[in-house]
Amino acid sequence: MPALPDILFYVFAFLTLLCGVLVVANPFSRNPVTSAMFLVLTIISLAGLFVLLHAFFLAAVQILVYAGAVMVLFLFVIMLLDLKEEERRKIKMFSLIGGLVSVGAIATIFLKVLVAAKPDANASAPSLEGETAALGKLLFTQYLLPFEVVSVLLLVAMMGVILLSKKDLK
Amino acid sequence: MIPGLEHYLVVSALLFCLGLLGVITRRNLLVMYMSLELMLNAANLALVSFSRFNNNLNGQVLVFFIITVAAAEVSVGLALIVALYRKRQTAHVEDLTTMKL
Repeated sequence: MPALPDILFYVFAFLTLLCGVLVVANPFSRNPVTSAMFLVLTIISLAGLFVLLHAFFLAAVQILVYAGAVMVLFLFVIMLLDLKEEERRKIKMFSLIGGLVSVGAIATIFLKVLVAAKPDANASAPSLEGETAALGKLLFTQYLLPFEVVSVLLLVAMMGVILLSKKDLK
Repeated sequence: MIPGLEHYLVVSALLFCLGLLGVITRRNLLVMYMSLELMLNAANLALVSFSRFNNNLNGQVLVFFIITVAAAEVSVGLALIVALYRKRQTAHVEDLTTMKL
């Protein structure tokens, strides 16, 4: 009888991959809004995987920042652009074949490396809990400078966005 | 089977491949951008699982930074797409061939 987290891993992994497929190649709709909605589902099930990995803070951040802020931004831009006529374009055969070949090559490399490296053999039994307190302590001691730099980066990004979205862009 | 590090890495690799497939095959700028987000998330999953199974919190700090930088990147990229749409009235890569010889 497997434990509940083990079952939940398979459930969340399946949901993540299924919704990922539906983001990229939805057989029923070519609408970007559908892709965005399935991306939200992918992100939420990834947050579930984070919880299973005891990264509770990151799961919360994932839902707040990705499923909240980033996806709202995406939907906002989709509505702003009014992309209805994009739906009837066909995917070209050449790009589909090229994409499948290159992705197959990458997937083969990944899986071969995984089989060769046997990461489970080197991994220690997970004893560390992804405690938010420890994470915060690390963030404000060892990673203080990157933390501050990232805040400056956010400010710069905000200024760039305001400049780019002005009407008379030169 | 009890899921270990390998299982998480396989999920991460497959998710990355899906994102790559989307970037290569889809021709809509916004959907390509969403596939890029998928690839970033796959990397995040790999980092969190490494962090969990190696008893090292640094991976989680890195994921925190990746999420922040990705948010900044998304905002700038979408602003660029909006500016492009204002000039060209399209968000489709096949209509943007000015640099083609």
